[in-house]
Amino acid sequence: MMRSSRVRRTAVALVASALLLAACGSSSKSSSNTGTTTAGGSGGSTVSAQLNGSGSTFQQTFDQVAIQGFQDKNSKITINYAGGGSGKGKTDLQTKTVDFAGTDSLVKAADVGKYQGGKILYFPTVAAPITVSYKLSGVDKLQLDPSTLAKIFSGTIKKWDDGAIKADNSGVSLPSTDITIVHRAEASGTTSNFSKYLVAAGGSDWTLGSGDTVNWPSSSQAGQGNGGVAQDVSKTDGAIGYVDFSDALAAKLTFASIKNSAGSFVAPSLAGASAAVASATIKDDLTYSPLNEAGADAYPITSPTWIIVYANQTDHAKGTALKDFLTYILNDGQAQAEGVNYAKLPTSLQQKAIAQLTQLVIPA
Amino acid sequence: MTTLAPSPDLGASGLPPSPAGGKKVDRTFRAVAFSAGLLVLVILALIAYSTTNKAWPAFAHQGLSFFTSRNWDPNTNHFGALDFEFGTILTAFLAIAIAIPASLGIALFITELAPKRVRAGVTYVVDLLASIPSVVYGFWALAVLTTPIGHIYKNIADTIGTVPLLRNFLGSPATGQSFMTAGIVLAVMIIPIITSISREVLNTVAQDDKNAALAMGATRWEMLRVSVFPRVRSGLIGAAMLGLGRAMGETIAVALVIGSSHQVTSHVFFPGDAMASVIAHNFGEATGLPKAALIGLGVVLFAITIVINVAARAIANHNSAMTGEGR
Repeated sequence: MMRSSRVRRTAVALVASALLLAACGSSSKSSSNTGTTTAGGSGGSTVSAQLNGSGSTFQQTFDQVAIQGFQDKNSKITINYAGGGSGKGKTDLQTKTVDFAGTDSLVKAADVGKYQGGKILYFPTVAAPITVSYKLSGVDKLQLDPSTLAKIFSGTIKKWDDGAIKADNSGVSLPSTDITIVHRAEASGTTSNFSKYLVAAGGSDWTLGSGDTVNWPSSSQAGQGNGGVAQDVSKTDGAIGYVDFSDALAAKLTFASIKNSAGSFVAPSLAGASAAVASATIKDDLTYSPLNEAGADAYPITSPTWIIVYANQTDHAKGTALKDFLTYILNDGQAQAEGVNYAKLPTSLQQKAIAQLTQLVIPA
Repeated sequence: MTTLAPSPDLGASGLPPSPAGGKKVDRTFRAVAFSAGLLVLVILALIAYSTTNKAWPAFAHQGLSFFTSRNWDPNTNHFGALDFEFGTILTAFLAIAIAIPASLGIALFITELAPKRVRAGVTYVVDLLASIPSVVYGFWALAVLTTPIGHIYKNIADTIGTVPLLRNFLGSPATGQSFMTAGIVLAVMIIPIITSISREVLNTVAQDDKNAALAMGATRWEMLRVSVFPRVRSGLIGAAMLGLGRAMGETIAVALVIGSSHQVTSHVFFPGDAMASVIAHNFGEATGLPKAALIGLGVVLFAITIVINVAARAIANHNSAMTGEGR
C-alpha cells in the first residue's frame, strides 16, 4: 500500500512537471509566432484598429512578413492572418467573420450573391512558381514538355526511361526506375493551379480535370501540405511531385525545367514567375491567370494570389487601417517579397492595384 | 489504494431516514433521469436527420451508386464512396486483428499473472496511452514511423510477398504510408480501450471459481480455459467491438498516414483512403455539391457504426445466452 501510493505520487509529480514544461514551451512559442504583437515605433496611421484575415496558406509566409513590417511602422494597428486555405478565407469573408481574405482562386459566379457586404475587390499581392520537383539518382537535370508532364501525372508513363521523357532529354541517361507520383493529401490551391496548368497545356494527354482535389492514379502517394510532398519526394528514388517554390528550396529538391508555350525550357525562378505575370492578360477587376504564358522567359506553372476585401467598408477605423495595410503591401511590402521567395508584381500591375485603392469606400 | 477517510456511518439499515417528501423527490429524479436518457436518442435522431438532409443533394445527384461505385471526382461531380468505405473497414479490421491479441495478453497479464506492484504500474501506463490525443499518434507515425516501416514492408514484400497467394496481400510496391500503417497506428490507439474493458470483465470472475479449478489440479492455462473464458466471452466481444467502433471513426491519425489514394485492393502495403480522413482533408475547401458529398460520407460512416454496434450487441447477447452468463 505505502509503496504503491509513493509510486503514484512520484508519477503524478512527474506528469505534472512535464505538462507544466509543455505549457511553458508552447506558450512562449505561440507568443513569438503569431505576429500579432504590436511593435513599437512612431505611428504612421491615424487610426487604431484590429484587422482579421484568413485564407490562402500559399501567401501566408509573405503576409506574415508584410504584417510585421507594417506593424513596425503602425503600432496602433494589429493584424491577424489565420491561414486555413482559400476556401475558408472566402467563406469567412462571405459571413463577414474576417475583414479580408487571402485566396489563390477566383470567387465563383454562383457564390457572388453570398457575400453579405456586397461588391468585392481583388488586390493582387505576389506570385510564385510551382516547381515540378523530382528525385532520381544520377539525373540532376531534367526537361519536360507539358504533354509528357501530363502523361507522367496521369500515370500513362510509368518508367523514367520512357521514350517520351527521353525525347525531351537527349544526352541524359535515364534509369528504368518506376515513377512515383506524389500529390497533396488535402484539398489545396496548389493542386488547383497545377491541374489548371495541365488542363491548359496538356491537351488530350490530361484527362483528370482541374480542382482543389484531383482523382489521381491509385498508385500515387500523398503528402500533407507542400512540406509533406517535398519530404516524400526527397526520400523516394523515382519520385516526382509539385511543390511551391519556397518549400522546394527549403527541402533542397531538384527541379525540372518546363517547356513553356513559347517553346523554351524554363526552370522555376522568381524572375520566371514575374515574367509570366507580366505577360498575362489583366482583367479590369485585376484578376488574371499567369498559367501557361507565352513570354520567352515565363515559367509556365506560376500561381497568382490575391487579397480580397469588400469595396464598401462599414467602419471608419477598420476601413482606414485596411487601406493603409494594402497600400503598404503594394509599395514597401513588394520589396520584402523576394526575401521569402515570392515574386513581386510587375510595375504595370502594381500601379493598377494601387490605383484600385481609390475604389475602397470608407465611411467618415 | 490510498487510505481514504472512513465514510459516515449510515445506521443499521444503511439508508438515511426518509423525509416526508421522499416520494416526490423520487418522482422528480425519475423524470430527470428519463429525460436525460431520452435526450441521447433525440440528439442521435437530430444528427441523423440533419446530416442526411445536408447530404441529400449528393445522394439525389448520384443515386445508389454513391455507396457502390468507385470513382470519387469532385471535378466531374461524380461521387462514388466505395474506395473509402473499403479503406475504413480494412484499416479498422487490421487494427483489431493486431489489437485483440495484444490487449487480451495485457489484460490477462494484469489480472492473472502480474504481481500486485507491477499490476498497478502496467494499468497506469495503459490508461495513460488512452489519454494521448490522436493527432499526436498520427504525427508521430508520420514523422517517425513511416520511413523505417516502409523499409520493413519492402523487405517483407520482396521475400514473403513473392510466395503465391501471399503475393496478393503482401506484394510490391510497398509504401510507408499505407493501409497497414494506418492499421498499426489505430491498433496502438485502441489497445488501451480493449485492455481496460477486458480487464474489468476478467475481474468479474469469482476467485472461488478459479480456486476450484486450481484445486482440481488444473494448470493456470487450464484454469483460464475452464473457469474464466466461458464466463467472459461476451464481455470480451463487447470490448473488441467498442475498439472496432473507435477505429472506424478515428480521423486525424489515419488521415496523416494512410496515403490518400483511391483504391480497392487486397494489398495491405498500398496507400488508400478512409471516409473520415477524406472528410478531414477536403471539408475546408469544399462548397456546394462536393460538400454535400462529404457530409454524405459522414452519414455512411454513421450508419456503419450503428450497424457494427447493433451487431456487437447481438453477438454479445447470443453468446451470453449460450454460456448462461449473467444468471
